[in-house]
Amino acid sequence: MISLIVNGERHKVDADPDMPLLWVLRDHLGLDGTKYGCGEGVCGACTILVDGEAMRSCTLPVGELAGRAITTIQGLDSAIGKALFAAWAEVDVPQCGYCQPGQILSAAALLRHTPKPSDTDIDTAMDGNLCRCGTYARIRAAIHLAAGRLATGPLGGGK
Amino acid sequence: MNKHFAPSGLSRRSFLVLSAGTGIGLTLAAGDISAAEPGSFTANAFVAIGTDGKVTVTVKHLEMGQGVATGLPVLVAEELEVDPAAIRVKFAPADAKLYNNLFWGPSQGTGGSTATANSWEQLRKAGAAAREMLIEAAARRLKVDRATLTARNGEIVHGPSGRRLSYGALVADAAKLAPPADPPLKAVADFRLIGTSGIRRGDSKTKNDGTALYGGDIRLPGMVTAVVARPPVFGATLKTLDRTAALRVAGVVAVVPISSGVAVVGDDFWAAQQGRAALKLDWTLPAERPSSETIRADFAHLLDQPGMIARHDGDGAAALSQGVKRLSAVYEVPYLAHAPMEPLSCVVRLSKARCEIWAGSQLQTLDQALAAKAAGLKPEQVEINTLYAGGSFGRRANPTSDYIVEGVEVAKAVGAPVRLIWTREDDIAGGYYRPLFVHGFDAALDAAGAPLAWHHRIVGQSILAGGPFAAMIKDGIDVTSVEGAANLPYAIHHLQVELHSPKLPVPVLWWRSVGSSHTAFATECFLDELAQAGGKDPLELRRALLAGHPRHLGVLELAVAKAGWGNPLPAGTGRGLAVHECFNSVVAQVAEVTIGPKGEIKVDRVVCAVDCGVAVTPDVIRAQMEGGIAFGLSAALLGEITLKDGAAVQSNFHDYRCLRMSEMPRVEVHIVPSTAAPTGVGEPGVPPIAPAVCNAIFAVTGKRIRRLPIGNTVPS
Repeated sequence: MISLIVNGERHKVDADPDMPLLWVLRDHLGLDGTKYGCGEGVCGACTILVDGEAMRSCTLPVGELAGRAITTIQGLDSAIGKALFAAWAEVDVPQCGYCQPGQILSAAALLRHTPKPSDTDIDTAMDGNLCRCGTYARIRAAIHLAAGRLATGPLGGGK
Repeated sequence: MNKHFAPSGLSRRSFLVLSAGTGIGLTLAAGDISAAEPGSFTANAFVAIGTDGKVTVTVKHLEMGQGVATGLPVLVAEELEVDPAAIRVKFAPADAKLYNNLFWGPSQGTGGSTATANSWEQLRKAGAAAREMLIEAAARRLKVDRATLTARNGEIVHGPSGRRLSYGALVADAAKLAPPADPPLKAVADFRLIGTSGIRRGDSKTKNDGTALYGGDIRLPGMVTAVVARPPVFGATLKTLDRTAALRVAGVVAVVPISSGVAVVGDDFWAAQQGRAALKLDWTLPAERPSSETIRADFAHLLDQPGMIARHDGDGAAALSQGVKRLSAVYEVPYLAHAPMEPLSCVVRLSKARCEIWAGSQLQTLDQALAAKAAGLKPEQVEINTLYAGGSFGRRANPTSDYIVEGVEVAKAVGAPVRLIWTREDDIAGGYYRPLFVHGFDAALDAAGAPLAWHHRIVGQSILAGGPFAAMIKDGIDVTSVEGAANLPYAIHHLQVELHSPKLPVPVLWWRSVGSSHTAFATECFLDELAQAGGKDPLELRRALLAGHPRHLGVLELAVAKAGWGNPLPAGTGRGLAVHECFNSVVAQVAEVTIGPKGEIKVDRVVCAVDCGVAVTPDVIRAQMEGGIAFGLSAALLGEITLKDGAAVQSNFHDYRCLRMSEMPRVEVHIVPSTAAPTGVGEPGVPPIAPAVCNAIFAVTGKRIRRLPIGNTVPS
């Protein structure tokens, strides 16, 4: 049994330690907001946060994650997360929507380290998240919007 | 019962068990698609109103990102006089009669950028009919002349007295009335919602927070997961199967041969995937195993031979000798995979007399018919629950319903509900590609440098041949091979377009913008070559040759004005232009491209103008143009499936490269005001970007790009 902390809750999972976290989240914990896109860590659809850092759950063996704090899209409730959800909706970012949970988690990790990212910062942080619908310009706009709100709003202070 | 299928074997997992009325993902409510709320008023196949006044709109099209779940309810809301944000959306059950695509029929399906266009009257009439019935019910209730009543914001208002009745209070009475045959529709000038910019996507929230449901997200009690080992080469057949090692993998519950290959079934995806890797398979390879290189060479030979005539104006090719200057060129495009972010998936539950399917189904009634055949049932015994699709770009609309039929075959073999998943590798290697095409041009200019004769030969596989859509082939010409070329809008007196449709064992399919995905590249680049050869500005030549095409001129003028065509640019930066009509919409794009010291290509900015008739939801249209440009640019710069010995060389996003954030240009979209009926927007944004970028590269470097993909640097 592997003990996992996902979205603040403890879970005991009976899984092959080599099984990628993605499939534990989806098939064992029913957390289907985390999406499968490539299985080799190059498209970003499966992005989750491990101790606040964006990682690709499709290539992370679950056996290596005991005791680490895992956040999926369905548990992203930080101030940054709330600002990103609001901005994503306001800019109407999604089209098919399949990549957006991963995009939002990559953006959350970006804003945690870089509260006021430049376009170049955004390109660098988000280049691992593919969107075949081509919502990139709106993602960029939504990240700037969320960053601005976090800096000046009631939740501000850049945290 | 096999222990692996027992519910106890699954209880260790936390399931989202689907049941009637489970409405995860706001609009889906899968499982209760036909259940009407007690006391509700079902005005017609598209509009229902509850006793609480809540309006439900049934959407017959697949929401795959193009925004139908947002735009189509607006058509109803406009006539019904309700707030579109308060509308609940349901996806229609498969029904060729009720939910026919009026541009195709009788069949239900989404494609060819038809969703808004074919629904334009149908959904406004559906909303208007409901409104008229509510007004009639109010007139009887209040005993007043119906002419004194108006519908507004979910209420019927009696003008003289100011009395108001909510829709919810009227539904019981309205339900007893006969629907009007031909309810009056608003004039375009009276629209309050259509064309306004404040309408937001209804599916943003659940798509962002991960609760929207796609095919792979459905969980049923006792469900198993299947992946399929398919032939390694197109046309190969299974010779021997050794399932011993696969069955030894923990969690693998069955290995079953199906018509497309060998399915490995597991408790979860990981088990199935591991099991598939452990299969020992031997295949009989076909004699014909084509490679892209030989296909291109064979197609180039065909350019020297007369093809089937798709268009012949004036003296056609015979007039080439009358010019004072001759020009010829060959343009080439590769096979392309659609590669939607969500690889194909579906869930199937089969019993003796019923088959339930959950999927991002794009051709619902074809999927239903083919699923019925595979299940040994009648089509009416197959229930299609359409979910969101994580993209499609044409892939889900295929003539064999491949992934649906696989799901049914596995469900039949294992006797349990099945979730069938394609991996990304399956998707990239699996065929149904945009076909490889070679275009040959020969043209003549007159003494003034204007095009006099245009001879265009097209070589590429037919998408329509041999399948259920073959009836669309006219006089041997597959329209999807020549669209955008055979209807070239330019006033060139002598014009001839020919087609060769060689047969190859490579499955091909429509890919967002279909024929225009390559004909626009070839024709708009070659026209630029003619402009240069004739000493004319590319814009001036287009203006001169498009005098009879006001919509083309409209987008052209708008795009060049907004782009500042002719204004100076920094050294190393140039502009390119393209204009193209497809799916009855016309789009012009101006690309600004900077070439770095080592030939690095950076597309900085794209200005796009579109004429798509009435712009129902302008922000959705802008999004489709932005997305179309990204999709087309991805293919122009990076996209290529290379065949070697009958199989794709590429396997996943590391070698089937797609556009990323840092490669995305700034995009500005301008919509031409129009009162004409709406036309397509899902596809028309794609075709102009490749030629606009190539023409811009020429403007900077003097080098013509005649083969896609270009790559990240200008080819030497």
